Amino acid sequence: MTELTCIVCPVGCRIRVDRAENGLKISGNDCPRGLTYAREEMTAPKRILTAVVEVAGGESMLPVKTKEAIAKAKIWLAMQETKAITVSGPVTVGQVIKDNVAGSGVPLVATGMIPGDA
Amino acid sequence: MLNTKAVDLVVVGGGPAGMAAAVAAAEAGVEEIVLLERQAKLGGILPQCIHNGFGLRYFKEELTGPEYAYRFMLELKKKPRIQVKTETMVVTITPDRQVVTTSAAEGLVCYQARAVILAMGCRERPRGAINIPGTRPAGIYTAGSLQYLLNIEGFLPGRTAVILGSGDIGLIMARRLTLEGIRVRAVLELMPYSNGLNRNVVQCLEDFNIPLYLSHTVTAIHGQGRVEKVSVAPVDADLQPLVEKGFDLACDTLVLSVGLIPENELSLQAGVELDPATGGPVVDSFYQTTVEGIFACGNVAHVHDVVDDVSAESAIAGRAAAAYLRGEIGGNRWLPVKAGRNIRSVVPQRIVVGQATPLYIRARFPEKNAQLNVGHGHSKRRIVSPGETIYYTVKPEDICSQEGFVRVGLEGGKVDD
Amino acid sequence: MSITEVDVLVIGGGVVGAALIRELSRYELDLVLVEKEVDVSFGTSKANSGIVHSGVHDRPGTLKAQLSVRGCQLFPELAAELDFLYKQNGAVVVARSREELVELEKLVENGRANGVKDLSLISREELRRIEPNLSAELVGGLLAPSGGIVVPFDLVFALTENAVANGAKLMVNTEVLGIKEEKDGFFVRTNHRPIRAKLIVNAAGLYGGEVAAMIGDHSIQLYARKGEEYLFDRKLEGLVQRTVFPLPSKVSKGILVIPTVDGNIMIGPTAHRVEDYDLSTSLAGWNEIFPAARKLVPTLQPTDLITAFSGLRAVGTSGDFIIAPSIISPRFINAAGIESPGLTAAPAIAEYIVELIKDSGLPLARKQKFNPRRTVVRLRDLDPQAQAELMQKDPAYGQIVCRCEMVSAGEIRDAVRRGATTLDGIKLRTRSGMGRCQGGFCTPKIIRLLSNELGLPPEQISKNGPGSELLFGRLRGDRAKEEKQHA
Repeated sequence: MTELTCIVCPVGCRIRVDRAENGLKISGNDCPRGLTYAREEMTAPKRILTAVVEVAGGESMLPVKTKEAIAKAKIWLAMQETKAITVSGPVTVGQVIKDNVAGSGVPLVATGMIPGDA
Repeated sequence: MLNTKAVDLVVVGGGPAGMAAAVAAAEAGVEEIVLLERQAKLGGILPQCIHNGFGLRYFKEELTGPEYAYRFMLELKKKPRIQVKTETMVVTITPDRQVVTTSAAEGLVCYQARAVILAMGCRERPRGAINIPGTRPAGIYTAGSLQYLLNIEGFLPGRTAVILGSGDIGLIMARRLTLEGIRVRAVLELMPYSNGLNRNVVQCLEDFNIPLYLSHTVTAIHGQGRVEKVSVAPVDADLQPLVEKGFDLACDTLVLSVGLIPENELSLQAGVELDPATGGPVVDSFYQTTVEGIFACGNVAHVHDVVDDVSAESAIAGRAAAAYLRGEIGGNRWLPVKAGRNIRSVVPQRIVVGQATPLYIRARFPEKNAQLNVGHGHSKRRIVSPGETIYYTVKPEDICSQEGFVRVGLEGGKVDD
Repeated sequence: MSITEVDVLVIGGGVVGAALIRELSRYELDLVLVEKEVDVSFGTSKANSGIVHSGVHDRPGTLKAQLSVRGCQLFPELAAELDFLYKQNGAVVVARSREELVELEKLVENGRANGVKDLSLISREELRRIEPNLSAELVGGLLAPSGGIVVPFDLVFALTENAVANGAKLMVNTEVLGIKEEKDGFFVRTNHRPIRAKLIVNAAGLYGGEVAAMIGDHSIQLYARKGEEYLFDRKLEGLVQRTVFPLPSKVSKGILVIPTVDGNIMIGPTAHRVEDYDLSTSLAGWNEIFPAARKLVPTLQPTDLITAFSGLRAVGTSGDFIIAPSIISPRFINAAGIESPGLTAAPAIAEYIVELIKDSGLPLARKQKFNPRRTVVRLRDLDPQAQAELMQKDPAYGQIVCRCEMVSAGEIRDAVRRGATTLDGIKLRTRSGMGRCQGGFCTPKIIRLLSNELGLPPEQISKNGPGSELLFGRLRGDRAKEEKQHA
């Protein structure tokens, strides 16, 4: 048995998920959106990772994110990879900083910019 | 004397509110706009809010803080009428709309504006304001300062932290610190419920197994040079700490996320009346304050849950300032809002008769299945929580100008244990 | 290791040591002031009520009475010379009952016996007229117009800066470890290089007993009395004009409501003997102070609090200041047990000690070129015209770093050049971080400015000395480098 707090809306239903022979038995959700949420959380939870990376010779950090949500289980690995990155400017918003972060198939992209000399 | 410049509109503050207001005013035809920002860059607090969750209401897509700010910076670039002055601090605003600024680049400059939009945002409550006993070592940071040091400056501010306050900023910092390898021993919340979004409780705390202690507070800070530990205790129903049930948590950093205060020192200089319930200026449907030609929007008016609302409200203020400069608003009849049961605050506080007005309502306590009454209009609210804005757009037919006020109240709700 | 040779060594960079070194810098002497902390004024002198007492409270015939009345008289001119934050706002002692009115009369007599001028008793109505925010319950008051307020650390900085400008040496981070009497003076061991001095003044505050014991003088017995104080937002400026005292108790002058020179309202202090030198504030302290202050000014609200602090006063067992040559050596002068009204008395204590030094036989010759003046730029206190001119001359004064207190990058740079090496050193010299946001916005900027000006990496910047560093290093740089080395 697992208990989840539904994050779909402010109600925050406590959803109970039991493993049944034919899959998952989900209860406690007030609405169908909770069902979908609980099923995804139980089978393939995903998160967007946001972080900062070092800028060579710069005083400010560059903010980045995974372009889409990646498997929750890969967050730590993705963070480790992000920590090792140092970028040099210029960088534009949306620019890919690293492809296929943590083998997720999703790129890490810049969410801020480093102005160029030009 | 001082270098004085006459302009149509001065916008004080280049965060989300000021940017949106300036853009909207320019789009509505205002000729000379000066946007004043004290930091080196525009965006206010957004550039340091590197997490996602912004923009769902305003842009209908999920953005991070820097991306959200960037959208408005692009808009500003398209509006050459807007003069942006960064690293420029406003030191005085007079009721007749003289705005005195200082900067390294230009020294002291006085703008005589025909209209002013106040968009200074808010600041964090410091340790002294909540009177935590103990020593005064290094390592006590407000969540926003810590976020700046971490996300903008790239410093490691500590190794083991305790966070006081479970609003969204506290929750988001708990995750952020954890991802950077800083151990978060606990998030403490004085109230019996978190003031943050469920989503943040789940994704920032539960995902990382960070304990959340509801109805707990810090009763003492220990350490001479640097924070060494904090004493923590549960609180009773009157929020008084039960010290005998307390315990200590060793940490080198205490993060305070204990509330935001609209920054209205300049507003007071300008003679603007403040609403004690919001800490911000009393405004009407056009976000005009009690001083003619001075408008206020964003977190200086009231602390918002989401930046999307700041943008929406600031666009109203920007357009209204444009209308004011054309002589179109002024002398409007308005009715004051009267807060009824379970209503802590309502913005705007003055509803202009005949004007559909989106309201931002905040409740005092959580309840379920209540009816929200606004004048003669009403709507059902399944969940009412002090941490979440209640939205309602009051329609002209909801209010009856004979009554002299608009009553707002929540009725018939069920209060949990 | 080379030895610093001086005529006079002053031990302790609090207000007494600072006032003395400045007074001595009028003479042709080699002087050094040593302070064990990272900065002057970082002990008792930074954490007290900041009051220049009129002298009504002290027992006639005591050194306390004599020197505080004299000190109070010296303040206006001293402030004009040294440009520190001082205001002669006057004091009012209030009575809460008819019985207390009788006590007030006794206090007037006491004050007159001490030579305090212009004392008057005022009626309830008069009290209400001059201080309308005082409680309506109060039945009368004693007005002491000569009383004032001072920013105590600002006074210490002003005194030491002026002394240094007149040739005195200042050594911070310098702790005296041992003193050996020699034929013509003393050999003093410190944590840095040793000092040889013909004469020593022990102004070591809480540590006065330990320092005296280094020459075998065990007569100085001191204990610490702790005082907590609570500070309110500057928006309350004007709530009271004068410093408001209740009638004194046996141990202290009671819980006061103090308008600070900077425009805040401060309440306190508690006065409790403590065994350890811990500077924490407590719930008990607040619960003692706040209700007492509210009896004087009922409109005070806890929501306007911005910070709290506590300080320790060195209290002697005799009940009076101990200012005299040591029983061991006439060339070792103790200035110990300088509790309240020590801040007020400090300039007079300095004069008094100079006389003791003359008596000791050390020749004192006045300097030809003593400069009594010191000035600093305080942007906030200038009129717009002067601000504009200043910014034109030096744009750094146009760059505001602390928004709450309007402190510019220029003033912070000046503060570093005046001797600040820490965040607190900057804060106490400029007020940056002392306002309503308590450094929330300006701390990162000040770390940068300090780091640049001192040429130190940001992680070495501390709040108030070693062990109070604010940062643990770069988030990435170092670790990324380490990882690369491993790879």
